Amino acid sequence: MSSSEAASDLRLREVDAPQSQVAHFGADQPLSMDAGVDLSPFTIAYQTYGTLNADKSNAVLICHALTGDQHVANVHPVTGKPGWWEIMVGPGKPIDTDRYFVICSNVLGGCMGTTGPASINPATGRPWGLDLPVVTIRDMVRAQAMLIDRLGIDQLFCVAGGSMGGMQVLQWAASYPQRVFSAMPIAAAARHSSQNIAFHEVGRQAVMADPDWRAGRYFDHGVRPLKGLAVARMAAHITYLSDEALQRKFGRKLQNRAAPTFSFDADFQIESYLRHQGSSFVARFDANSYLYVTRAMDYFDIAEDYGSLAKAFKGTRTRFCVVSFTSDWLFPTSESRAVVHALNAGGAAVSFVEVDTDKGHDAFLLDEPDLLAATRGFLDSAARARGLMGAAR
Amino acid sequence: MASVFDQERAAMSAARVDLLLISQMVERGARVLDVGCGDGELLRLLSETRDVDARGIELSQRGVNDCVAKGLFVIQGDADTDLADYPDDAFDYVILSQTLQATRQPRRVLEQMLRIGRRAIVSFPNFGHWRIRWQLATRGRMPVTKNLSYSWYDTPNIHFCTIRDFVATTEEINAHIERAVALDSAGQPMRFSAPWWVWNMFGEQAVFVLERGR
Repeated sequence: MSSSEAASDLRLREVDAPQSQVAHFGADQPLSMDAGVDLSPFTIAYQTYGTLNADKSNAVLICHALTGDQHVANVHPVTGKPGWWEIMVGPGKPIDTDRYFVICSNVLGGCMGTTGPASINPATGRPWGLDLPVVTIRDMVRAQAMLIDRLGIDQLFCVAGGSMGGMQVLQWAASYPQRVFSAMPIAAAARHSSQNIAFHEVGRQAVMADPDWRAGRYFDHGVRPLKGLAVARMAAHITYLSDEALQRKFGRKLQNRAAPTFSFDADFQIESYLRHQGSSFVARFDANSYLYVTRAMDYFDIAEDYGSLAKAFKGTRTRFCVVSFTSDWLFPTSESRAVVHALNAGGAAVSFVEVDTDKGHDAFLLDEPDLLAATRGFLDSAARARGLMGAAR
Repeated sequence: MASVFDQERAAMSAARVDLLLISQMVERGARVLDVGCGDGELLRLLSETRDVDARGIELSQRGVNDCVAKGLFVIQGDADTDLADYPDDAFDYVILSQTLQATRQPRRVLEQMLRIGRRAIVSFPNFGHWRIRWQLATRGRMPVTKNLSYSWYDTPNIHFCTIRDFVATTEEINAHIERAVALDSAGQPMRFSAPWWVWNMFGEQAVFVLERGR
C-alpha cells in the first residue's frame, strides 16, 4: 500500500468513524434544510478544548473554512500536522483554552465525520453522493445550533471564524442574535461575490471533468477523481495568496534545476508548490464534499435572505469585531466594510480592523500580530462585559 | 490642595487637557461617538470615568488597531465620508477633538455631527490667538507654534479657523452654543467671563458644546 493510499484509507475511516466526539441526531430531531427537505438521521463530529464553566457562559464556537475541519488545536488524525489555528487557540493564546471552552464542529457536507456526501446514507447503505440535499451556510449553522443545544449551552460567549467560517459567524449573529454574545467574522463577507462564484465553478468543473468522478458515484467503482480535485485545489490556492506574496516567496525561481527543461515538467518553484498543494489536499478531502461546501458558499447572501444587510442585524446586542486584510482579494476589505456599515446603521457595538499584510486571504491562519492583538483585546473586553472570571489577567 | 481636575490632569499621558475637559462635559452613561479617536485615550477616559457607551472612528489603521487591542469599539473610517452612514440621533454626544481643522469639509462634518448626535462637542486650536497673529504680522510667514508645529507644506491642518469664525459658522448651520470654554496657553480654562474678542485673542484652544438650533 502506498502512502497516499494509506492516507486515503484513513480519510475514509474519518468519514464514518472519526477520531472526534460525535453527536447523533435521530429521527426525532431532523435538520430542516433550505433545500426544503428534512435530513434525518445525521451526525456532527466535533472537538472541544478547555472546560465549560458552571453557568455555561464561557463557550467559544470556532467555525472552520471551506477545506478546514474540527481539528483546530490538536494534531490532525490524517495528516499528522498541528491544528489549523494553533496560533490563535490554546492555553495562553488569544482564544485562551485556560479561560474559554472552545468548540469546533465539522461542517454539514464535510468529510471528517459530520454528515456529508461521503457518509453512508442509511436508506441505501451506500454513500450519499449527490443524493444528499444541497447544503447552505444557514443549514451548517442550524446543525451547529442543534449541537450547542445538545451540549446544554444557551448562549455562546463568542462565535469566531475566517473565510467561510466568517460567513457562518455572520449567519449565527443574524439567525440567533440572543445566543451570540460576541462575534468575530474574519476575512469574510455577507455574500459570495460573482468572482468568487466563478472561481468555485472552475473548481467544480475540474472535479466533474475527471473521468473518475463517474457522475458523483466514484465510490461505487472503487476510484476517486483525484486529478480533478487536485486541479480545483491548485486554482483555489492561488486565490488564497497574493501576487506580492507569490513574487516574494517564489518569484521566477526554478525547481531543483539550473535552466528550463523545455518541457511541461514543473520547472518553476510555484508550479511544484501548487502540485504539492493539490496532491496533499486530495489525500484528506472528498471530491463530492468539495462540490457541496463550495456550493454552500455560493448561495450565501444574508442581505437577500433578510431584505437588506441592516435588517439582518437590526436591534442586535451582539458585540462584533470585523477583521479584513489589505492584500485579500478574495474577500476584500470592501466586503467587511459593507458589514460594518450595516451594523453601524443598526447602532450595533462594532469594531473594525484592517490588518496590513501582503499574505492575502490566508493571512487569517498565520502569525499576524495585529490580528492576534485585536482578538485578545476584543475577547478581554467582552469577557469583562460578560462577567467572566479571570478576564483581566 | 490640588483639585480632582489637577490630579487627573497630572496623570494624563499626553498634554491633551481638552480631553479631560471634554470628558467632564459628558453625562454619565451617555452614548458617545468620538470622531478621530486616535489611540483611544478619550474613549478609555470616558469608559472608565463616565461609564459611557463609547464608540470611535479613526482614519489611521495603527490607531484603530491600538484601540481594538484595548477592547474599545472603533472602526476604521473618515470623518468626511463615513458619518453619513450613521442614522439620525444615534448618539447623545458626537465628539470631534482637535480634528475639525484637518477635515476637508468642516461645515458638512459639523452638520453631520448634529444630525447623528443630540449634542456635538468640538475642540480646536484657535488661529486667532495673539501669538499666531503676531508671528504672521511681524515675520510675514506661516505661524509655527508649540501646539501647531507643522510647516505649511506638511500640515494636515487644512481648514484653520478662529473662535470668531467658529461662532459665525454655528450661526450659519443653525446650531445653538450650549457651552463654550477657551483654554489659555497653560491649558487652563479661562475662568473669567469675557467678550468673544478677548477669548479670540488669548484662548489657545476652544471647546464648544453645540445643540441643534430650535
